[in-house]
Amino acid sequence: MRNIYYLKAISEALLNEMKINPDVVVIGEDVRYSLRGITKGFIDIFGPDRVIDTPISEAGLTGVGTGAALCGLRPVLEFQICEFIFFAFDQLVDQAQKLRYMSGGKLKAPVTYLIASSGARGGMAGQHSDNPYPYILHSGMKTVMPSTPYDAKGLLISAIRDDDPVAVFLPVNSLGTKGDVPEEQYTIPLGKGEIKREGKDITIVAVGHLVKIALDAAEELESQGISAEIYDPRTLLPLDKDLLFKSVKKTGRVVVFDDSNRTCGFAAEVSAIIAEECFSDLKSPVRRITRADVPVPFNAQMEAFVLPDKEKLIKAILKNF
Amino acid sequence: MTEKITKNLALELYKKMVLCRKFEEKVVELVNRNEIYGTTHEYIGEEAVAVGVCSALRNDDLIGSTHRGHGHIVSKGGNIKYMFAELFGRVDGYNKGKGGSMHIADLGIGVLGANGIVGAGVPIAVGAALAIKIKKMDKVVISFFGDGAANQGVVHEAMNMAAIWDLPIIFVCENNQYAVSTSVKYSLRIDNISDRSKSYGFDGKTIDGMNVLEVYNNSKEIVNKVRYASKPFLLECKTYRYSGHFTAEKILNLNYRTEDEINYYKSICPILTFSTKLINEGICTKKELDDIDNLVINQIDEAVDFARKSKPPEPSEALKDMYATGYKGIPQEGWV
Repeated sequence: MRNIYYLKAISEALLNEMKINPDVVVIGEDVRYSLRGITKGFIDIFGPDRVIDTPISEAGLTGVGTGAALCGLRPVLEFQICEFIFFAFDQLVDQAQKLRYMSGGKLKAPVTYLIASSGARGGMAGQHSDNPYPYILHSGMKTVMPSTPYDAKGLLISAIRDDDPVAVFLPVNSLGTKGDVPEEQYTIPLGKGEIKREGKDITIVAVGHLVKIALDAAEELESQGISAEIYDPRTLLPLDKDLLFKSVKKTGRVVVFDDSNRTCGFAAEVSAIIAEECFSDLKSPVRRITRADVPVPFNAQMEAFVLPDKEKLIKAILKNF
Repeated sequence: MTEKITKNLALELYKKMVLCRKFEEKVVELVNRNEIYGTTHEYIGEEAVAVGVCSALRNDDLIGSTHRGHGHIVSKGGNIKYMFAELFGRVDGYNKGKGGSMHIADLGIGVLGANGIVGAGVPIAVGAALAIKIKKMDKVVISFFGDGAANQGVVHEAMNMAAIWDLPIIFVCENNQYAVSTSVKYSLRIDNISDRSKSYGFDGKTIDGMNVLEVYNNSKEIVNKVRYASKPFLLECKTYRYSGHFTAEKILNLNYRTEDEINYYKSICPILTFSTKLINEGICTKKELDDIDNLVINQIDEAVDFARKSKPPEPSEALKDMYATGYKGIPQEGWV
């Protein structure tokens, strides 16, 4: 197995799917020259019919993806920055996601939204630092947030092969990380979480790039005699509740560590589910470490202040003992 | 556009227009009697557009429809039994009662879907045209939209993309002159929406949308051109809706149109003027047209009867059809 970058894992997953299936096309802004490098060189292999640059028209290109999917293609739409989905909101949640249901199952729209950068990279301020997956989850759209290169490749392939719209959020702070990834195509089914670290005292539900931070925190806590288990949902919808409940029942304590907004965020949903299903197993209240409900400020100190980090996580964990 | 009309074609166009009209009249009656749940947006007055355009298409060509879509679907060959069943919310409806009036979709008859959001169907139709081009099929796509949708940003984005990719799509603007209560005299600084085609780099034309022959003949020519040259076209049909924006608008007393204006357009009713022309020119007899009227009325009664007898879906069916690739645990119920 090779040790490769997260972005490389994404790129080869897409490249190989395009080689296997002629209906897979990439549509997006700057996909020929590839700002992020995911589709670099694809134009030379597949030509302009399958590597389709669009004008700056996020709502329009999202609708185009839906229409193309209805007529037999399997488009992968790249959004370079997650906030671009706001422009496309109607086309995502009111069109693509609803068409199958409203048609009584007659239509299907197998589109993958490859949201190539989500979260706060640092210094990008209010409109380039969001983690907008709760908006998408709210619509019932399948949503993936891979935390490692291995997960990223396997989940993206599953997303492309899925017959429904799937939003794949790539955490901006994970894009430059490396991990072991097999060369061949493989799938990780949607809806399968993973215990990234076994523990017995507390469950940390960690999402995206926070999985790595949670792993670091767990090492520190170990020296203080606290054994933390880390549950990575990998797919936010469908959510692997069985694995989550199993972990919560084992530890009896939960901190949800999620870098989306607090109000009606992903952590709120996870907390509610645990409260409903595992109340009697809990030894202390479910706690959430999220970002604050403000836009991400530009100033570095203010930025760090509003985002979830290791110190906030450890503090929250210690409150449980 | 002086092409001599054959009797067969004349009867077909007439029958389709009457079917659109009578369908909608029956819908209004049923909505007002609460037999049809909710409300609908009637196509009455605009029949020449859908009939003229769709009659110029092949069965496997595609259309993207709007919130005011019954006429499009009837004209594209939709089965009115399944349409009424859908409006009744029954299992035999095109979409098993999940979509209702604004969401009828069936690729089997080339309908990409009606759409409840003004302008939203236009980029979807462009995407269909993109797939057609990439997969090297020779179909064309019609994207119906209204004067209101003409001012949506996403429609602009969609037309521009269709232009740069040379897609086989005809944007058919049904300019019925009002976006709910807002007149085009207020919402546009230009007289013809088709003028905008130039700014995208393709051709456009404005025609009389109250004249079915004019719509049909133009469509025939444009469809042919678009199919073989794969280049978009913007066809604006000036038309008028006789009813309000939706069925119950009357009770709101909005009064944004004068009675004189409405009566003028009723006097140039596309069905009335066409039947008069056919009789005057000796193409058909009044009896032949009356026979068609009666045939259509019977057909509608049968369809309504079919819909009434169709079973309502089990309420729990509401949790089905959400996903094509299913997973455990989704969709979630909203209760414990």
